[in-house]
Amino acid sequence: MGKKYKFPIEILGILLALLWLSPFYLMIVNSFKTKKEMFTDVLRLPAAFNLDNYKEAFTELDFVSTFLNSLLITVVSVAVIIIFSSIAAYALSRSKSKISTVFFFIFVAAMLIPFQSVMIPLVTIFGKVGMLNRFGIIFMYLGFGSSLSIFLFHGTLSGIPRSLDEAATIDGCNKFQVFWYVIFPVLKPITVTVGILNTIWIWNDYLLPSLVINQEGMQTIPLRMFFFFGEYTKQWHLALAGLTIAIIPVIVAYFFAQREIIKGISEGAVK
Amino acid sequence: MRTKDISYWLFLAPALLALSLVVIVPLAMGIYYSFTDWNGIDSSGFIGFQNYIDLFKDKAFMDALWFTVKFAIVSIILINFFGFSLALIVTSKIKSSKFLRTIFFMPNLIGGLILGFIWQFIFTEIFSSIGEMFGIENLQGWLSTTNTGFWGLVILMSWQMSGYIMIIYIAYLESVPGELLEAAQIDGASPFQRLRYIILPLVAPAFTVSMFLTLSNSFKLYDQNLSLTGGGPFDSTQMVAMEIFKTAFSANQMAYAQAKAVVFFIIVAAISLTQVYFNKKKEVEM
Repeated sequence: MGKKYKFPIEILGILLALLWLSPFYLMIVNSFKTKKEMFTDVLRLPAAFNLDNYKEAFTELDFVSTFLNSLLITVVSVAVIIIFSSIAAYALSRSKSKISTVFFFIFVAAMLIPFQSVMIPLVTIFGKVGMLNRFGIIFMYLGFGSSLSIFLFHGTLSGIPRSLDEAATIDGCNKFQVFWYVIFPVLKPITVTVGILNTIWIWNDYLLPSLVINQEGMQTIPLRMFFFFGEYTKQWHLALAGLTIAIIPVIVAYFFAQREIIKGISEGAVK
Repeated sequence: MRTKDISYWLFLAPALLALSLVVIVPLAMGIYYSFTDWNGIDSSGFIGFQNYIDLFKDKAFMDALWFTVKFAIVSIILINFFGFSLALIVTSKIKSSKFLRTIFFMPNLIGGLILGFIWQFIFTEIFSSIGEMFGIENLQGWLSTTNTGFWGLVILMSWQMSGYIMIIYIAYLESVPGELLEAAQIDGASPFQRLRYIILPLVAPAFTVSMFLTLSNSFKLYDQNLSLTGGGPFDSTQMVAMEIFKTAFSANQMAYAQAKAVVFFIIVAAISLTQVYFNKKKEVEM
């Protein structure tokens, strides 16, 4: 765009950003108000920054334990996805056989299958073998996450010359050592992308945990939030404090890693 | 690496096993279930296409399907319009570019369930409060009618997804060669002409990717639907994903829900493949 348009574009951008932020503003501002105060004026800043709503919501959400549940499931699932998808993509990309092409096609095609199409038998099968627990859900995340992850790793691996593998083999590495010490470190940028994409999805997932780990004490943040809303319908002052508490960790993480996150998303989307 | 090597199979085994047990086997079993009258506990066996015949006469399912189609069409248009506009704004070398990208993308980090609850507050409390202040009656009782519920979902999704789609457009816009735009400018092309004749054709692949993403995301929407309207009033804002869930777990009609899920899979797959095929044909090679 020419120079003379720059200023109006900047103003337009900032206005849109304010519009984009307004839901968060309204949520935070009202989370400090009492039920009565919210009723008189929802748009104004609160008379006092009262923390009572937060204390109550924090306890009602059992936030420490819920947060740790989410953290455990997300971290372990993402680690498992990264390790097993990268090594599988390595095997597929280094073998020229027909069967590898078929496997790769199956992994990619599985991306077209909506969760609802497999949901009912999945819960039935895992229920029968007693796997509706944390171990089961991590295994399921590997199954659902492997498609896109293998696709992304495969794309990068095709560009890494085989001479690298051969040199390491001559130096005495076995196949696993070649992968782990030579190839995996080279994959670091795409590993970050795969990690970010899977973290966002798994951290925020509601439907799968609601079917698999719905017991008290194992609930993740979205699950607990859903029940919190059932019990506190119309108690918006508490509900908003709860929502704000749930969002804070995500926003903090975003501001620390925003460059990697935005880069990771664009890498993942463009591939 | 040869497929005769044991290491080949060891490397592949965990991911392949997980995909098989989590996606492939359930899909195959699901297709089988859809031809039975299984209710989750027992089944008297094979009933042929009965479930499939029933679902085409099922008003709840057809309404949900139609609502989803309308929602997907409106969402695709709005999200791509906003996503592309935001991308044009932040790539126009303005000072706040980086900050704006950060802000526009932010909603995507937060789960659909939580976003739905935030907007439920805005539509019910904030809208009615503003309506009262300015005496606008139309702002009262949002989410309590089919029409406003529809637009509520559209607004929520557009706010959430435009930033994601923006990132995709940015990636492509940044690869448009600067010399090409400069040359056009020297030749006297207006900003609109440069957009129409240079930028748009070169970012066509971005439209393929982002239309694919918005389409499949709108079609599979569940969390936002659940937390924003809960399908209400009277199931009139219920989308297909939610309708299938209710048939299965509230009504316990497992086989019937599975037949709906199979139809859902066929629709999602067919639309995605057709759309990618046609868009690919339109792209220009550099």
